[in-house]
Amino acid sequence: MRVGIVGVGMTAFRSSTPEYSWKELMYEAASRAYADAGVDPRTQVDSFLTCAEDYYEGFGIFDEFVPDQIGAALRPTCTVSGDGLHGLANAFMQIQTGLIDVAVVEAHSKASDITTLAGVVEHGLDPIWNKPLGGHPYIVAGLEADAYLRSTRTPARSLGAVVSKNRRNGLRNPHAAYGADVDPAQPLASEERFSPLRALDISAPADGAIVLVVASERAARRLRADPVWIRGVGWASDSPSLETRDRAAATYARLAAQMAYRLAKIRAPAREIDLAEVDDRFSYKELQHLEALGLARAGEAGRRALNGDFSIDGRLPVNASGGSLGCGNVFEATGLHRAAEVVLQLRGDAGSRQVDGANVGLAQSWRFVPSASGAVAVLGVGK
Amino acid sequence: MIGAGMTLFRRRLQETGKELCYEAARMALDSAGLTLADVDAVVSGSAPDAFDGVHMKGEYLLDGAGGYRKPYVRVFTGGGTGVFSTIAGWWHVASGLADVVLVVNEEKMSSCQPHAQSVFAHIWDPILDRPLQPNLVWIFAMEMNRYMTVHGVKKEDIALVAVKNKRNAVDHPCAQLADPKITVEDVLKSEVMAWPVQRLDISPPSDGASAVVLASDEVIRKRRIKDRAWISGVGWCIDSTMWTDRDLYFPQYVARAAKMAYKMAKIGDPRREIDFAEPYDPFDYKELHHLEGLLLAKKGEAPKLTREGVTQRDGDLPACPSGGLMGVGNPIAATMGQKIGELFWQLTGQAGKRQIPHEVRTGVSNGWGDLMQYGSVVVMRA
Repeated sequence: MRVGIVGVGMTAFRSSTPEYSWKELMYEAASRAYADAGVDPRTQVDSFLTCAEDYYEGFGIFDEFVPDQIGAALRPTCTVSGDGLHGLANAFMQIQTGLIDVAVVEAHSKASDITTLAGVVEHGLDPIWNKPLGGHPYIVAGLEADAYLRSTRTPARSLGAVVSKNRRNGLRNPHAAYGADVDPAQPLASEERFSPLRALDISAPADGAIVLVVASERAARRLRADPVWIRGVGWASDSPSLETRDRAAATYARLAAQMAYRLAKIRAPAREIDLAEVDDRFSYKELQHLEALGLARAGEAGRRALNGDFSIDGRLPVNASGGSLGCGNVFEATGLHRAAEVVLQLRGDAGSRQVDGANVGLAQSWRFVPSASGAVAVLGVGK
Repeated sequence: MIGAGMTLFRRRLQETGKELCYEAARMALDSAGLTLADVDAVVSGSAPDAFDGVHMKGEYLLDGAGGYRKPYVRVFTGGGTGVFSTIAGWWHVASGLADVVLVVNEEKMSSCQPHAQSVFAHIWDPILDRPLQPNLVWIFAMEMNRYMTVHGVKKEDIALVAVKNKRNAVDHPCAQLADPKITVEDVLKSEVMAWPVQRLDISPPSDGASAVVLASDEVIRKRRIKDRAWISGVGWCIDSTMWTDRDLYFPQYVARAAKMAYKMAKIGDPRREIDFAEPYDPFDYKELHHLEGLLLAKKGEAPKLTREGVTQRDGDLPACPSGGLMGVGNPIAATMGQKIGELFWQLTGQAGKRQIPHEVRTGVSNGWGDLMQYGSVVVMRA
């Protein structure tokens, strides 16, 4: 059975949204998605999934606060404690069982409500082995960036190319919070933070919400939708322990992609995928992920970034949306935002960041520091 | 379902949550005759991260639960997780994406000092509820009171559930608060927490883990697995966040989830077609509430069934033959062991001293959680 995305709704991303509560952000994104899909959530949606983590939300059981603002009261609803793409994968499975025809996936960030972000992230470290060491948890990303750059002999300059491209792409995206005309040399001159990462290598938090409406082929026909098909989904985790995981390569992304490619029957991803939206919450992650996904050969992503291969008019447009560096870090909503961006691209609705002639796109997510988990979705239009 | 396992429910200061997961996962795999290499995907279920004091608790538990380098995801529907994670496991298999799925639920409430109840101070709406400084016993007292008032139920009738379940739990090797000698008198004389809730009306917080193994019918056929029970119906439903806006005497959301599950299982008359139940019983009145929500009793009829012995292990509709949460303990998500695990053990004839004396072919269990708002229902058949 084919499963497709028939509705997309997003709020703009902003560094803070004091005029909105997170419930209102969710409501706005949901309303837009339902209007886009032409569905009534109270009668035409069979299942709702929200992707959230208690500590980011500031609640003991965030699941309680999910239903009303997305139209899910007294309906089948659940929380996936994962990235938005994990939610999308679960919606895909629910529909594949035949029990559910139309599912809604929601993810959001109200990062501006978090007053102690570093403290929250630090609580993700192993409480016995790692947390007592102290220090800012982004050190984990610094260590990983160092391992990646060394093992692949990627020049540090290529990180500047990634940052510059994504911030500039952000200028073309009306939803992006951090679009800016950043010169490739500028990141290298910015303040050192978690060596080798510098201030501009790190995406800044943003608020925002994304909702996708997902439907079986039959339901899509009923809704007279022109779906973007979910050709494959995959998700995987490497070791949660910092000491035993693969730091140089993103093994979770490689395994997740293998699964998604198998379902999508993709043999040569670099040839068959027209555009990619990958996690770039630290600049090196974009390069590391492209290699893990088989979209660049090991050790070549950095040099290709310097050649402009990943720009909107390059051989493989990557993060045409501006990515997290350009749009902002929306935490568990990151992957769903990327899937939404791929949908807009494949529908031809991406405005001035539109990539020409794309039929197959990939969205990839990572669950941020300190996890080694992520998901992949391969989306396509036409047959 | 081809395997199940659960740890001893206690205050387990010696083990980390990862270790508890490992223990339960290992038992479930052993009972299924499989190893981790046979598992395609892992589903994790766990309730508030704040119990363990770990952000992204699912990621933390990952290696203990067997998720290393596998597709792994955590689902979280409050207290409903105890039954809901199995539903998520089911859709992994029923979608065709996985052939064998391991579901591991864990809770470690003892890390939370001075008492797990302090975490529940943070589950409320920060503007409307939190300034009132409510806690869980408080709102459940309101629900219990409403149920008693609407149907004219006596405290004595409700105490019978505590007595039954704590006695049933005597036969459960993992039980924390079993008591072969408990009487209705004991319950009625126990300390008043928030009227009408008394100490022995409440299940104890606990540490523990439980796990089940789900497999496709193809795997079961090929491997000629004999001890298996089939998931024939699943349903889940959430009600509005605004718990103050609903009549608490009846769990509408449980009824909706049950109807969804019964429709899938092609059950038209649940009272006649279901042989036994594991209703979620964190408080004794909840068993009655849920028997009605599961449409196994008419509204207000569950106390009568209890009084007449219908819900005893040898009755016509055994309820909580495991000993339930009241007797075995309540490590929130890990109660999968009594709810889902018990269905498996009863339906495969592996419940030992807890085995229902007459033949049972269809069982139902439900989870319940969030702000008196979540229902998850699973129907299983032999």
